[in-house]
Amino acid sequence: MNAQVIIETNDLTKAYDHILAVDHLNFHIEEGEIFGFLGPNGAGKSTTLLMLLGLTRPTEGSAVVCGYDPVRMATKVKRIVGYLPENVGFYGDMNAVQALEYIADLNSIPRAEAKRKIAEVLETVGLSDSKEKKVSAYSRGMRQRLGIAEVLLKDPKVLFLDEPTLALDPDAAFRMIELIRSLNRERNITVLISSHNLYEVQKISHRVGIMISGKMVAQGSIESLAKEKFGVGGKSYSLEEIYMKYFQEV
Amino acid sequence: MRGILAIYEKELSDHFSSNRFVILFALIAMVSFITSYMAGMHLRESLEGVTKPRFVFLMLFNTPGALFSMVQFVAFFGPLIGLVLGFDALNRERAHGTLVKVVSQPIYRDAVINGKFLAGATVIAIMVVSIVLVIAGFGLALLGVVPGVEEIWRLVIYVIISIFYISFWLGLSILFSILFRGIATSALASVALWIFLSFFVSLGANVLADTIAPVDRQKGASAEEVIKNARIKEAVSLFSPMALYSNASGTIIDPMRKTTRTFVLLGPIEQLSASRFQNPLSLGQSLLVVYPHIVALIAISLICFAISYTVFMLQEIRM
Repeated sequence: MNAQVIIETNDLTKAYDHILAVDHLNFHIEEGEIFGFLGPNGAGKSTTLLMLLGLTRPTEGSAVVCGYDPVRMATKVKRIVGYLPENVGFYGDMNAVQALEYIADLNSIPRAEAKRKIAEVLETVGLSDSKEKKVSAYSRGMRQRLGIAEVLLKDPKVLFLDEPTLALDPDAAFRMIELIRSLNRERNITVLISSHNLYEVQKISHRVGIMISGKMVAQGSIESLAKEKFGVGGKSYSLEEIYMKYFQEV
Repeated sequence: MRGILAIYEKELSDHFSSNRFVILFALIAMVSFITSYMAGMHLRESLEGVTKPRFVFLMLFNTPGALFSMVQFVAFFGPLIGLVLGFDALNRERAHGTLVKVVSQPIYRDAVINGKFLAGATVIAIMVVSIVLVIAGFGLALLGVVPGVEEIWRLVIYVIISIFYISFWLGLSILFSILFRGIATSALASVALWIFLSFFVSLGANVLADTIAPVDRQKGASAEEVIKNARIKEAVSLFSPMALYSNASGTIIDPMRKTTRTFVLLGPIEQLSASRFQNPLSLGQSLLVVYPHIVALIAISLICFAISYTVFMLQEIRM
């Protein structure tokens, strides 16, 4: 596969009070792939995502997202990148349609077009039946799907999903993963997914990156990582085994 | 620009549908009704037999009926409106995880804070204008006087000063909502600063003036001492936005007030010369007297907003 690189970082670094949260990070994501972003809590994954969106200024280094520098052209990047933060919040007194209308307004989508798109994204995430319900009455799985609907509204080329299956019940998590996979296949959306659920990541990712203490210790397809660590390729090792191996070494 | 508009519209509709706004508006409408009614009754009695009273209409706003006049009421409790509208503006969004979502949309980050401030200021403007109109209508019915052109202009200026004054407190509470993570903390901090600036600064002014330039009243103080004491008192109390506002609005609403300074009448000659100017000031002259106060009031509102703006732009969006 000779796909185009859509996201690239170049010694991306973020320091908080001289503690390096992200330490000279170099990685790239190709167009149309699902990139599994792994690592323990506090490894700097969320900080990296915020820097790629231009919401946090890197201390050093640079990044290119869809041809734009997120530091100088943040609004351009945010127009084509959909970001679903960890524990995304909603205004509880709105219903799904109102929440989506607000997001459409923020994206400068004209009202008539927004109406059509809102119906469409609600259909995609399977919330059409409960669109009149107040968001405060939603279950966690429904809230996450509404979060996906919100980011789909702007027709993103890239999705950043930060722990989209965290604290979901198995059924909801499964549906979320299937939804992500179908978005990637049918609309050719590049997905960067950060997760602790290695089984899920293994199921949908084309390539993974393992980040520990601000450094990307490994990146590549699961088979190539297995080869690197265990000397054997193929599917004989699960991602969990590979991850633990890297984790113990650091 | 579009981002500001979207946030402005959402905040405005949030304000209007919130219980907080309804309670606040009901309270203020009630108090202004009562004060204007009191003032109206009082005016009716005191103007009995006066052939050609002047500026009766404005007196509705500055005559203390039973407790306080409308002007004094806004000076005291206007800040509360601003504080209530803004104290949880940003930390609530942060706590609920909606701030990250909003700023990850293709808008500039300052749109959030600009939209919120403008929405709050609009609510304030609507409140002030409607209250003044209610009182004016009440006055028409109660007293049967029609306001003159100059009176209307004075009221317009009064409304503008009041909007800036209350917006200053809105800006302040938004600043606290950026600085403090806890909603209760920012509410408490705003109220504390309100009490300090409104009540303790004038107390402090007295103490400071008496320390720097003591006036010995038993021995009979010299003119210089008394004047120096009064000047220091005034200079210090101008640190209080409430003093700025009371002076500015009081002079605008009352054409008979010639100065914002406390009169120090020393002898019969001064008293005589003061009594020679019994005619009201023209609007232009009144404006000239309070011009510095108005500028200072607008300046502190803008400075307050500028600080919130800078802090918010530099702050980490997470945490």
